[in-house]
Amino acid sequence: MACTADGVAAAVRAAAAVVAEHRAELIDLDRAIGDGDHGENLNRGFAAVVAALDSAVPDTPGGVLKLVATTLISKVGGAAGPLYGTAFLRASAKLGPAAELDVPALLDALRAGLEGVQARGKAVAGDATMVDALIPAVAAAEKAAGDGGDVAALLTAAADAADTGAESTVDLVPRKGRASYLGERAVGHLDPGARSSALLLRAFAEAAR
Amino acid sequence: MKKIINDPANVVAESLRGLAAAHADILRVQYEPDVVIRADAPVAGKVAVISGGGSGHEPLHGGFVGQGMLAAAVPGAVFTSPTPDAVQAAVTATTGEAGALLIVKNYTGDVLNFETAAELAAAEGLEVRSVVIDDDVAVKDSTYTAGRRGVGGTVLLEKITGAAAERGDSLDAVTALAQKVIGQVRSIGVALTAPTVPHAGTPSFDLDENEIEFGIGIHGEPGRERIPAEPADELVARMVEAVVSDLPFASGDRVLLFTNSMGGTPLVELYLAHGIAERLLADRGIVVERRLVGPYITSLEMQGMSLTLLKLDDELTELWDAPVNTAALRWAL
Repeated sequence: MACTADGVAAAVRAAAAVVAEHRAELIDLDRAIGDGDHGENLNRGFAAVVAALDSAVPDTPGGVLKLVATTLISKVGGAAGPLYGTAFLRASAKLGPAAELDVPALLDALRAGLEGVQARGKAVAGDATMVDALIPAVAAAEKAAGDGGDVAALLTAAADAADTGAESTVDLVPRKGRASYLGERAVGHLDPGARSSALLLRAFAEAAR
Repeated sequence: MKKIINDPANVVAESLRGLAAAHADILRVQYEPDVVIRADAPVAGKVAVISGGGSGHEPLHGGFVGQGMLAAAVPGAVFTSPTPDAVQAAVTATTGEAGALLIVKNYTGDVLNFETAAELAAAEGLEVRSVVIDDDVAVKDSTYTAGRRGVGGTVLLEKITGAAAERGDSLDAVTALAQKVIGQVRSIGVALTAPTVPHAGTPSFDLDENEIEFGIGIHGEPGRERIPAEPADELVARMVEAVVSDLPFASGDRVLLFTNSMGGTPLVELYLAHGIAERLLADRGIVVERRLVGPYITSLEMQGMSLTLLKLDDELTELWDAPVNTAALRWAL
């Protein structure tokens, strides 16, 4: 994979397409335990990201992620805007001005993204949030890196782990966000934020292959 | 879904155009990011009280912009908190040396976006404080939830802090007053039907004809429990008990009783419920000194209502009675 700015931009476009494709699914998941806006909000944000990339692609992978961050923060709203925005902003800061994205840089970016989400949302493992997808995803990426995997292998491992992690939220009692008001009544429902995190990582992994 | 709309994506902007046209003497609207601003803002030497949140709760918040209440309101997409840059735009348009107070309802999205906006404003050297209102007694306030939601009490908080800002109180004083109101206001809401968010197209939750969702927030999110439908006497008694037992309110307390329609409940039912609530409070020796009855913090077309009680003292009563000139509240001018 060419992990230049163009490669990262292509991955972001792929993610936007996946979000559009799953918009209704995310709305339905959110309807069950929240207010049903997650798919709409995320789709609005990523459509704006694509529009921004159409007018100019930044020079570096970090620049692309910063554009994603600022666009999501200013277009998404809700909890997802600040959370995903912070994740991409912290990841972009970690990448700095480097022209290419390699395995150590990707790992740093994934870790920084997770830390950003946790700093903003204060969620920990088991709260039934996107963090339940992201924590195992980062751990799996670290393991794949230890095994000598390339960028695509890291992202694939992260996406696989995020899928499993997202599924685990079905059995959890939510302790953060609007779903927490439901308590036990939310058990049996997949967390929409965990699902969208897994979808984004899968899109990045597919784009990296 | 059957609604008087065009493209669901343009509902908020088109609605704001109408608000601006209807109340040009009181407010103006700035678009992209969308902000409703008091016509004479910034008002020199006075604290700007700013609030905001998802659209779909009208007249909250845009209907409360004007003399004696909000300097600006920041409407997000329907049921979605506004973004930090929109809040920032409201602060920039209305805030002078006296500073600004941001009134935030305790919903995760609102808190995160306003928190980010307050950081941006501080970075620009503006004096901005935030308070988070969490008056909903339906939610257990524990480390295992996002905490109590901000609901009906928000309207009373905006009126009282707006009046304090209008009389020239300092930012410290307005903030302290806001905390005092937050400490002594409590609410409970019920839903008889679910609302339909325009971009979703289907009702936010499924509720049978003979069921009531007890302890709802203001977004049509499910509540504390689902109960069989019951006569108003029993339902209102259940609501009064939930609110009164929480603070708790005691015999001899002077209160403001706010009986609110969630949008789809007509005034005939709302006044009926209000009458029952007044009687039940009188039975407990609680003195209702001020009232507000009507659709002021709504959830689109949802049928349902909320009850809010605010413990009054002389200062709060005076600020409640102070002149207000907004699209939705107007008196004593």
